[in-house]
Amino acid sequence: MKQEFRIAESKVEKEPILHFSFNGKTYAGHKGDTLASALLANGVKMVGRSFKYHRPRGIFSCGSEEPNALVTLKTGQDVEPNTRATVIELYDGLEAHSQNHMGSLKYDLLAFNDILSPFLSAGFYYKTFMWPAAFWEKLYEPIIRRAAGLGALSGKEDPETYDKGFLHCDLLVIGSGSSGLMSALTAGRAGASVILADEDFLLGGRLHMEQMEIDGSSSSAWADKAIAELSSMPNVRIMPRTTIYGSYDHGIFGALERKTDHLKSSDGKPRQVLWRVYSKRSVLAAGATERSIAFGNNDRPGIMMAGAVRAYANRFGVGTGKDIAVFTNNDDGWHTARDLAAKGVNVKAIIDSRSHVNITAPEGVQTHLGTNVINTKGRHALSSITLSNGETLDVDCLAVSGGWSSNVHLTCHQRGKPQWNEQIASFVPGGELPVGMSVAGAANGSMTLASALQTGRDTTIEVLKDLGIKAIKKALPKVEDEASETSVFFHVESGKNRAWIDLQNDVTAKDVKQSHLEGYRSVEHLKRYTTLGMATDQGKTSNMLGLAVMADASGKTIPQTGTTMFRPPYTPVPIGALAGRSRGKEFRPTRKTPSHKWAKANGAEFVEAGNWLRAQWYTKPGESHWRESTDREALATRKSVGICDVTTLGKIDVQGKDAAEFLNKVYANAFGKLGVGKVRYGLMLREDGIVMDDGTAARMSDTHFVVTTTTANAVNVYRHMEFCRQCLWPQMDVSLISTTEQWAQFAVAGPNARKLLQKIVDKEHDISNDAFPFMACGEISVCGGTPARLFRISFSGELAYEIAVPTRYGNSMMSILIKAGEKFDAVPYGTEALGVMRIEKGHAAGNELCGTTTAQDLGLGRMVSKKKDSIGNTLSEREYLTRKDGLNLVGFKPVDESKSLQAGAHFITKESEPTMANDEGWMTSVCYSPNLGYSIGLGFINNGSNRIGETVTAADPLRGNTLDVEIVSAHFIDPEGERLRA
Amino acid sequence: MIINHPYLGPRDAAEFVYLGDASLLERPDWQSEDAASEFHDYLHLRDNVAGEMRELWFHEQGDRSWLVVTRNTITHEVIKVEMARDVAQKISNGAAA
Repeated sequence: MKQEFRIAESKVEKEPILHFSFNGKTYAGHKGDTLASALLANGVKMVGRSFKYHRPRGIFSCGSEEPNALVTLKTGQDVEPNTRATVIELYDGLEAHSQNHMGSLKYDLLAFNDILSPFLSAGFYYKTFMWPAAFWEKLYEPIIRRAAGLGALSGKEDPETYDKGFLHCDLLVIGSGSSGLMSALTAGRAGASVILADEDFLLGGRLHMEQMEIDGSSSSAWADKAIAELSSMPNVRIMPRTTIYGSYDHGIFGALERKTDHLKSSDGKPRQVLWRVYSKRSVLAAGATERSIAFGNNDRPGIMMAGAVRAYANRFGVGTGKDIAVFTNNDDGWHTARDLAAKGVNVKAIIDSRSHVNITAPEGVQTHLGTNVINTKGRHALSSITLSNGETLDVDCLAVSGGWSSNVHLTCHQRGKPQWNEQIASFVPGGELPVGMSVAGAANGSMTLASALQTGRDTTIEVLKDLGIKAIKKALPKVEDEASETSVFFHVESGKNRAWIDLQNDVTAKDVKQSHLEGYRSVEHLKRYTTLGMATDQGKTSNMLGLAVMADASGKTIPQTGTTMFRPPYTPVPIGALAGRSRGKEFRPTRKTPSHKWAKANGAEFVEAGNWLRAQWYTKPGESHWRESTDREALATRKSVGICDVTTLGKIDVQGKDAAEFLNKVYANAFGKLGVGKVRYGLMLREDGIVMDDGTAARMSDTHFVVTTTTANAVNVYRHMEFCRQCLWPQMDVSLISTTEQWAQFAVAGPNARKLLQKIVDKEHDISNDAFPFMACGEISVCGGTPARLFRISFSGELAYEIAVPTRYGNSMMSILIKAGEKFDAVPYGTEALGVMRIEKGHAAGNELCGTTTAQDLGLGRMVSKKKDSIGNTLSEREYLTRKDGLNLVGFKPVDESKSLQAGAHFITKESEPTMANDEGWMTSVCYSPNLGYSIGLGFINNGSNRIGETVTAADPLRGNTLDVEIVSAHFIDPEGERLRA
Repeated sequence: MIINHPYLGPRDAAEFVYLGDASLLERPDWQSEDAASEFHDYLHLRDNVAGEMRELWFHEQGDRSWLVVTRNTITHEVIKVEMARDVAQKISNGAAA
């Protein structure tokens, strides 16, 4: 396991040796390596196949901009596809596989796509697979998806955990290269609270990838010293492996910190943390990204970015070839030749597209000025290059530099618009930057080391001044400016040889020109038609080439052509990290009722009601179907007594001198004259006159009401009431607070309800029918002094109470009630029996208060008091809402009593067609009534109150269940209400 | 976004629930002759402002106060934050909102 291409001392640690595997073969590497540098050290050139044509591809860059080297990490449930080998930190036991080939990587069976390439150019899918339409989903798409694609997920649940967090700082410094370190040092020394974030695991950026001098030592050593100083400052938080992926409003940034990706196992810790960073100011020091040049067959393994070739030599001690040539349009490419030569790597030639340069080549390196590379050879890796002067050079690595583009991305996430700078041939930040952001160093077009250090410091001094923090003056580190002349040249005419622009999406210069010919004139259209600049790399090394070719084709300049919009995220963010802990059952909070434990121990099946878990029914031994349990509970309650946890209903405490007047305005019916110790049903409208919610309001004292809402609307009603209180009637003396969670409340219903309660209510409280009649309420005590509230209200239609105790007593209260009821065969009942009894009684619930129905529809029209102002009063009188033959809530029963009704069925007159034109209303709620022995329903039908006894058709063509039903009174049980007053 | 609550200082917008145009504070008089049409306009007619707009935000995950937030809908700059109750009080005292 000799690392043949390991050439020199570097930032990687020699010991211990780390073992890893790629496509099943084991290799050696070191701590400090990326997967890419370790593969290159072992001479692995080809690491994947291209997206569309299955061309052999190799490592192209040394950072997150990598278009080619996408690999799949791990196997089985842990599998992670499409990770960039250039940013994967090597660990012992790492397992990686190449992607996008059928059979082995070397002999990919789908490589014939490359031969078909003349037919697969831009827009090919759109043109070829247009018809027949039915073929797309079943035939074309699966084939295309299989052939062209990336890695695959496991299809199993991600076993890793993710977390979220919040951070605050005076200054967020994005990037830890020369300007970022200067910025953090300046702010840190001044005492500001600083966060320094960098996507790399080694802080220092290009300082480790260059051989430059700062203050007489190497740039890499200077970076280490700066990090050491920053690490000693308690006011500075250093975050390696952290990508600032998005810039949002008001100085908020999204950050992804990779906590355990560099370890073999997460060991139960969160793999990644998604941070929301609140910064007063930010300095973007994100540096620049090198871009390529398009020329014939410029995609072979061994053709790499020149800056990356240099970085592999300087930072990782890896030679990317034995015989290397440099092709450049700028001075920076020459630095690669210089550094390689200094490390003893054979540099054969420098080819520069410019005919005149002010820089000299290392000794023994031939130079070709005014010359281009026009073609390359080598099936699985580069073997030779052909120059425009006809010469052919045998090389195994070609270092290409098309110059550097400022990393403007985060400046554009709001309204920034990059501006073209001709001198450095790059777009630089322009327009309106995100609030609080300044840009320094190469990200702002300061491309040399000296200017990066200086702008890093000076920008930060300005920022500190803004924050009212005094900067400590310190001289800038001494550096010499390096040569940095450049030119605007991105495309070598390549004849019939394909010149690749976007390696990740297999887009060629010809595709860009063709797209222009076909009328795609906007750069945004070009992107969508050719897919240029899409996917994991977002065209970081290729967009500039595409723009240049497009500008050329359209006869426009590059600034006239413009860039596509930069949007978050800067690099891919896993969905798992965005979800954080909100997965599965943790997606929403689970609210449990106070008697949850008791219910669970007593056979309850639970149902989700919003966030709540409620007992749906209680299965008794021997019961095998939910209907058995539900029917038993409903029958037993009507026969003797049943108990139900109704805590989930919203409870709002209304207190103050104007409490009664306030409710009078919030409810459609009158509340002003409700006596103390009395409860009233309340109907709440929206301002547009539609019913919003219903509930009860109990007057506990002159200045104190307890209001209930439906479970579903508890939050909305409270919000609405606060709106009314604060925004509409601010002069009222009234306060509100939600007490839903503070009181456990139970319905005790049935002819023996009073007798049961008398066993637990303390003797001094008389709850006889005379002392505590229907709709009475009061503060009482139970079980020898436990405070409680008692309301004589009934949803079931039986003699019934609701009793509330402080929540901490809720679970005990449930078992005490059941125990006290033993003599009466008291049963607990769930939401199903609750629903059955309310339908039997004809009470409206959520299905009827559905946001489209009015008080008149519900048969409660007369409740809307016209003598006062209340929410919704005025607009409830609109003509259509008050029409004479409008909807009415009535009951329904099947003509054939053996049949079951279906909610959602629509009513039509008997002889008519089931069309929308003949629609007369719909069934809202149905159940089997164990008391009546047949299916019953509630529903809305036109003019229903005057049609009792008529037979109509309940049409349900969707489920094939159309049957005749009779319109009946909605009150199936005890229409006179004698039971509840008993 | 960050909303600078008059009592609680800067708070993340995620703590709030958005309602809409602050013109909802100016509820018409139910006894006015044109009450029906005034309520219609009050409820349904809004300007779709590109620029400065006064909006109602509810601090639901906080102190449950309604705020009138003056915000630039293009830049998201928050220009002014007031307690809705104070603004409503001024309106009921006859001052223009």
